[in-house]
Amino acid sequence: MSADTSPAIELRGAGKIFKTPSGGLHTAVRDLDLTVGRGEFVAVVGPTGCGKSTTLTLVSGLEEPTEGEVLVAGEPVRGVGDKVGFVFQQDATFPWRTVLSNVVAGPRFRGVPKAEAKEKARAWLARVGLTAFEDRYPHQLSGGQRKRVALAATFVNDPEILLMDEPFSALDVQTRALMSDELMELWAGTGASVVFVTHDLEESIALADKVVVMTAGPATVKQVFDIGLPRPRKVEEVRLEPQFVEIYREIWESLGEEVRITRERGAAHVA
Amino acid sequence: MSGVPPMSPEVLSSPVADTVKTPDRAHTRARAARRRRAVVAAVRVLLLVVVLGLWEALSRAEVIDPFNFSMPSQIWDQIWTWITHGTALGSLGEQIWYTLHEALLGWVFGVVAGVVLGIALGRIALLADVLGPYIKVLNSIPRIVLAPIFVIWFGLGPASKVASAVVLVFFPVFFNAFQGAREVDRNLVANARILGASDRRVTLQVVIPSATSWIFTSLHVSFGFALIGAIVGEYIGATKGIGLLVAQSQGTFNAGGVYAAMVILAAVALVAEGLLTFAERRVFRWKPADSGH
Repeated sequence: MSADTSPAIELRGAGKIFKTPSGGLHTAVRDLDLTVGRGEFVAVVGPTGCGKSTTLTLVSGLEEPTEGEVLVAGEPVRGVGDKVGFVFQQDATFPWRTVLSNVVAGPRFRGVPKAEAKEKARAWLARVGLTAFEDRYPHQLSGGQRKRVALAATFVNDPEILLMDEPFSALDVQTRALMSDELMELWAGTGASVVFVTHDLEESIALADKVVVMTAGPATVKQVFDIGLPRPRKVEEVRLEPQFVEIYREIWESLGEEVRITRERGAAHVA
Repeated sequence: MSGVPPMSPEVLSSPVADTVKTPDRAHTRARAARRRRAVVAAVRVLLLVVVLGLWEALSRAEVIDPFNFSMPSQIWDQIWTWITHGTALGSLGEQIWYTLHEALLGWVFGVVAGVVLGIALGRIALLADVLGPYIKVLNSIPRIVLAPIFVIWFGLGPASKVASAVVLVFFPVFFNAFQGAREVDRNLVANARILGASDRRVTLQVVIPSATSWIFTSLHVSFGFALIGAIVGEYIGATKGIGLLVAQSQGTFNAGGVYAAMVILAAVALVAEGLLTFAERRVFRWKPADSGH
């Protein structure tokens, strides 16, 4: 298979075992088999703490798998590559840099000349509607605005692969819907392949082409659902369609069981 | 009585009354805050006057021995004599400059060494594992006893004072820089790596900026240590400086001279502290004003 026709991301029996501080072993994910096509938007849902984020760190190259293989564009992942963008759950904007400087950081790290980097950064700031805020520091912005900075800082690098780890979970419900729509618009023009981790099933159906349900930890892929909803979608509207409700019910049947298992384990821990 | 009460003119007028009252209340609050600040300042001054006055009065009445404990007026006379007629070692400005110069040099060397080594050990685990125990051992030496050794090694000139200032400054700065480098937000480092930063860039543009608040905390303390190092060095053996002034005053049983040198040192330290706070405000413009200092 040549590099041009190979899928954007391929996990083949990938697993990750961490050493715990007490010296024990903790299996975060196991036997992961997953393929993400080029330009595809894949959402990964699973119970809290099951190892969804670990899947992303394996694809990003921040962590190496202890078993199996992770391929990006047909090539095995060796360290952090230049094809990947990552939007983190927590705030990861640099607090000592202004908004513009935060967005410039990526291209500058990659050796783009200053003037060109600034020009690109300004263009993306305009697309996320933060042109008027380019001289502010992150602490002077709202949570939603900081997320927009993070999106601009990620998109400015033109990633072929976009990894998102519950990016909007810290936002209030209205802002979250708004940001989801903005993400759809920003993504539409790029042709990037997206892996979007969330614990919110509604969010995942509204955004994705494909929803992957993970099992309770140690996580592996349980089932994959194709979402046939037409694009472009508006998050608030698509939720009301009868087809959406049907898909939701179908996936929840699969996911709910895993959530219940996790919850029972949690209760057993407490007891 | 039941049902909805009729709209009385009072109810209707109450919001109007409120809007009239609000600026008035804000005004009262501002005035109260101003008055409180004035009271604090006045009591502060009063406290100083009482303490100095008591000292002066008790000393003049010979309740406490003026020869040993001196008195504020004598101390002031001593400072004034030094200012107008110079000290036995030369002009007062020269002595201050000498001490300050030694302290500053020692401070700069100590800070640079502490920050560089602290960040390096914080970033490179192997280095930390190898050097860790040695640094702990060195840190447990009471460093002030090194001052006589430095006088033997480097002579009576400024070098021995700079050396004792360096060893006093180095450790607090080192430990803070080390801790700062260790406690960098992992998300920020991960984010920088994803955005394409090399290890060197991560150190320079993520680790160092986030360690600065740790480092600055130690800078405040350590300038005081640099002054102590310089003064102790001078006290043990020197040709110029405030520390020598203290030693000489002590040698001639001039208690007023010792106190006067202390007052001058305190003033120097306060000015340095003020400059540092000013620099800190400039560096930390990116921090929210309500958190931290």
